[in-house]
Amino acid sequence: MRRLRQWGPGLLLLSPSLILLAVFVYGLIAWTTKVSVSDEHNALGSKGFVGLENYTKLFTDDINDRFVHSLKNLLIFTVVFLVGAMLFGLLWAFLLERGVRGEGIFRTVYLFPMAVSFVASGVVWRWLMNPNKGENAGGLNAVFGGLGLDFLQNTWWTNPDWGMAAMAMPAIWQLSGYVMALFLAGFRGIPQELREAAAVDGASTYRLYRNVIFPQLTPVALSALIILGHMSMKMFDLIMSVSGPQWLTEVPAVYVWQTLLTSDYAKAAAISIILLLLVAVVIVPYLIYTNRAEKNT
Amino acid sequence: MTTTSIPAPPPTSIETLSPKRKPRREFGPGSIVKYALVLLFLIIVLMPMYVLIVTSFKSGSDIGVTSQWNLPETWTLASWEKAWDSLHASFIRTFQLAIPVALISSVIGAANGFVLSRWRFPGADVVFTLILFGMFIPYQAVMIPLRDIVTTIGIPPGIPTLVFVHCVYGIPICTLIFRNYYATTVPEELVEAARVDGAGLLRTFAWIILPISIPGFVVTIIWQFTSAWNDYLFAIFLSNTRNGPITIALNALAGAQSPDYAASMAGALITSLPTLVVYVLLGRWFIGGLMAGSVKS
Repeated sequence: MRRLRQWGPGLLLLSPSLILLAVFVYGLIAWTTKVSVSDEHNALGSKGFVGLENYTKLFTDDINDRFVHSLKNLLIFTVVFLVGAMLFGLLWAFLLERGVRGEGIFRTVYLFPMAVSFVASGVVWRWLMNPNKGENAGGLNAVFGGLGLDFLQNTWWTNPDWGMAAMAMPAIWQLSGYVMALFLAGFRGIPQELREAAAVDGASTYRLYRNVIFPQLTPVALSALIILGHMSMKMFDLIMSVSGPQWLTEVPAVYVWQTLLTSDYAKAAAISIILLLLVAVVIVPYLIYTNRAEKNT
Repeated sequence: MTTTSIPAPPPTSIETLSPKRKPRREFGPGSIVKYALVLLFLIIVLMPMYVLIVTSFKSGSDIGVTSQWNLPETWTLASWEKAWDSLHASFIRTFQLAIPVALISSVIGAANGFVLSRWRFPGADVVFTLILFGMFIPYQAVMIPLRDIVTTIGIPPGIPTLVFVHCVYGIPICTLIFRNYYATTVPEELVEAARVDGAGLLRTFAWIILPISIPGFVVTIIWQFTSAWNDYLFAIFLSNTRNGPITIALNALAGAQSPDYAASMAGALITSLPTLVVYVLLGRWFIGGLMAGSVKS
């Protein structure tokens, strides 16, 4: 009874949210999982349970290996996006951390693409990545032409092998500022005494960064990687906006949408669940790790 | 205190990012390289914005791939008018979406955050982690049954449905932001004093906690407003161009077979304007939401 009076009101306040999340997150995931092991391949509904057939078919029996192709696209996109955003983010934070006059202006500009939707920025990136070259070049190719760097001109996302690397550019543009903000907070969270102690010990600037500052930034880098990584796996808006749904740039999130348009619910559900598992593999250990880290402080 | 791992407190203002010491006033070669780099990156980040703005003031033969970087031959508002014609209805609808979402989510987040920051009931950590996981899931994994369930419970299609789903899936991030805010800024003594005075949980929350929660509200309101405004995934699954938000309308305008580039760019600017205004005016709090570790853009 005393326990109930102690926790009762709190749980009462919390319970509507818990019920909503139980239903709309976990309940619906369970529902999607159920659809993914059924044979609901059209709007007529399901006739029965087929086990993991929908999953195995995605890997072994998909036309032109469409699903594997979408995973390959996702991998290229993710690698280029993560490397690009982490590099620019760290470099920008490092430059600002070295002390730049008018820092606020640079910070604001570097971060502003975050406030724009992928759908809106996709409109302009579609044009910037115009595949025309030489005389007819536009967008970035025209910039390269103007700078005498014609060899850099390329067909961007329309390239069948490496197009997804180009598709990562708008994402890098949009999120490097976010990584910068994380690293900048990391730099500024390092106690001044630590720098001073290193200076007293006669450490050079290089050694100061190499041995004192960068190691302190490891948790920041991990957070940034995981947040960007899980975003990358879910990437949908940007691709829909830049190229629209099409074979060349298809990733699993877009494949789900395309499959739903054909009312193949079982297959769409199976792709969604694979996507969920990919994200969970990254996020769950991270949540557990941060939970523990918090308890220890 | 780290400002980056997920359960860590978000800094509620950009001041956290500000340097602790004055920039050094030195103008050696290193300094020149530093300024050259920050300016170069400033230009690169602003380049897409330049193309958006100049193209939006062009019309007719002025619009062309090869003349993309040129200023308009004649400045005209024709493309803005055209874009506004096809976007204004959804522009208003998006306010009807984003404002209720921002307010409702924030109130729910505040209540949950308060409970979770004070009442350590058994299993509180597990519950909190289960709540957090909800903000990382790829929404495709719930989308198939979600369409059915909102129809079944009788929520009208279009904006009301989207308000509902954004509020539900916004619970994790808002709860996280408020939990961290209360854990770091509300002294235990204040809550204890209210308890000694005989105030129950609900009364303490309503009369003591809510009035000092404004900084937390600013962060969640901005965050939820921006993510509802910029959302495309829920919008494309749960609404259409006639009853949906502006991202859908923009995609229809810009994604046509032979899109009017100038009108698309003007449309992208119209679409981005509200969130950019929020970012410029309230940027110092915008960062608070970013730092909380979620990037639902």
